[in-house]
Amino acid sequence: MALAPITRVTGRGVFVPGDDIDTDRIIPARFMKCVTFDGLGQYMFYDVRFHEDGTPKDHPLNDPRFAGASVLLSGENFGCGSSREHAPQAMYRFGIRAVVAESFAEIFFGNSVTLGMPCVTATRAQIAEMARLIETDPQTPVTVDVANSTVAVGERVFPVTVRESAREALTQGRWDPIAELLEADEAIRQTAARLPYL
Amino acid sequence: MTPQPRPKSLFDKVWEAHTVKTLANGQTQLFIGAHLIHEVTSPQAFGMLRDLGLSVRYPERTFATVDHIVPTDTREEPFADPLADEMIRELRKNCAAYGITLFDTDSGKQGIVHMVGPEQGITQPGMTIACGDSHTSTHGAFGAVAFGIGTSQVRDVLATQTLAMSKPKVRRINVDGTLGPGVYAKDVILHIIRTLGVKGGIGYAYEYGGSVFDAMSMEERMTVCNMSIEGGARCGYVNPDEKTVQYLQGRPYAPEGAAWDEAVQRWLHLASDEGCAYDDVVNIRAEEIAPTVTWGINPGQAIFIGENVPRVEEVPESERASVAEALAHMKLTPGAPIKGTKIDVAFFGSCTNARMSDFIEAARFLKGHKVAPGVRAIAVPGSQVVKYQCEELGIDQVFKEAGFEWREAGCSMCLAMNPDKLVGDQLCASSSNRNFKGRQGSVRGRTVLMSPVMVMAAAVTGEVSDAREVFGVRQEAVA
Repeated sequence: MALAPITRVTGRGVFVPGDDIDTDRIIPARFMKCVTFDGLGQYMFYDVRFHEDGTPKDHPLNDPRFAGASVLLSGENFGCGSSREHAPQAMYRFGIRAVVAESFAEIFFGNSVTLGMPCVTATRAQIAEMARLIETDPQTPVTVDVANSTVAVGERVFPVTVRESAREALTQGRWDPIAELLEADEAIRQTAARLPYL
Repeated sequence: MTPQPRPKSLFDKVWEAHTVKTLANGQTQLFIGAHLIHEVTSPQAFGMLRDLGLSVRYPERTFATVDHIVPTDTREEPFADPLADEMIRELRKNCAAYGITLFDTDSGKQGIVHMVGPEQGITQPGMTIACGDSHTSTHGAFGAVAFGIGTSQVRDVLATQTLAMSKPKVRRINVDGTLGPGVYAKDVILHIIRTLGVKGGIGYAYEYGGSVFDAMSMEERMTVCNMSIEGGARCGYVNPDEKTVQYLQGRPYAPEGAAWDEAVQRWLHLASDEGCAYDDVVNIRAEEIAPTVTWGINPGQAIFIGENVPRVEEVPESERASVAEALAHMKLTPGAPIKGTKIDVAFFGSCTNARMSDFIEAARFLKGHKVAPGVRAIAVPGSQVVKYQCEELGIDQVFKEAGFEWREAGCSMCLAMNPDKLVGDQLCASSSNRNFKGRQGSVRGRTVLMSPVMVMAAAVTGEVSDAREVFGVRQEAVA
């Protein structure tokens, strides 16, 4: 399973303000009654984006100026709560290709990298500045450079943090680990043989 | 003199024993001793498995049940919700195709996946356990290293019985002293999360210890470990001891005979070694913990029952937006007591607090009381094992006579993937684990997390109350 290396993601940005944005909010549980991930994109942040009667709310994700944005910016502890991979799957299917936040919940982070959707961390002040630049000119290209640990918003380049294991996996085209896990067939057998309870 | 081996934490011992190799990106390929699956996060994984032409590597180490989508009012099939019906069929089909044990609705063993593992003795000290559900940390109560995973990782474990993982640091959390009357395991974990924050555990495994944990029953330890994820931790565990051994003895999947004796010796040596190094240590006094309830929209937004709802201007600048958002959603008055807040629904259930001891303790206080007029009260045992035992002991009658609905086992209104949902902006006193916006099935719904006994107090008074006052709780020995 050869995967394309992901060294950088370029697109336009959208800022979704808030700390501790949980995966129930990214994809409400009622949309998880499905046996495939197909079609989840339209339900991303559904209750954040729509009123109960289905009319759109005033939210950056509904703002035509940010339509088609593929780099999502947010606050601390993004993706906390439920381990549901439906959350990053919904984001990816909506068109998001990278997330910049102050910090990430562990499970969300791992799920996202496995989908080839980099998650990089920046400071609160940096994200506020990036958001301001995007708000000023929504057409500004945003580049998340995984290899060099930077986020560029137009001419401005911000040094950010990329977890080393994620950088390695993304830039070497090993972000989905299944092939490498399968290769260890004999080592798996030996590990199992050592375990006293098996 | 031979050098003594370096003292190690339980976490390090288990991690090392299950390490297959170091992957190219520096992560560990970790062997998973028991894989638990359910209907929500497994169908896509089986689909991926089929797409890749792979099979299930260790079906005998894979166990399934159905919990999230099952209705709790009736078990009649087909389910009224065709989507739910499709999901249970898909699970049955996959389990049959790959030879996976399924604790189905007719087994007498069905229940929330984190109840079933311990009840059946599948969960054992020193194991690694994974499940596509964040509350998998529950199994850490047995000295297992257990964590929630995403669906692609469910695929990885199905295909290889391993997954790729970064090794977390270990934080020891000591709770020493004696808990006051009416203070429960739920209050302990809510207090820990409040103290360390919902993101305080990012990058950590939590090792819980100290005299309070030594004194706790296995079920109480499960309640605490269950909510580790709510504090941001990757997993949480308690070192195994004689109580762990006693709990497991005679359970269906526990070892027998000579193998049992060998296992017990092994289990008791797993505990973190005296003098082992931790990446961080936190000390909490039991005496400072009072019955705790949440006021906001994450489990760290919690206060003691005697405290007031915070005001925006009282909190640090960095938290103000979150606090304002929480207050707006919860429609609570800043600076006012939380006590006396009207409730609409009382929910007693979930993998956090729907075990046998929870029902025994709640029934002890509920007996002879009535649910307040206008309150909808629902009791949902976490498993069929608990439900039937309650029915044998007449505990169901206590709930029914009080005016509670007595239900079938499942996740129910904890996350409202089945028909059990809040309506509009109803406020629910809940023994579950998450108070996120919309968590209990209504976008505007409001959740106040608390212990089961506090849910009973709220149910009978119709408002958020101090159970110690409502029931005249004094220190008594609980069997």
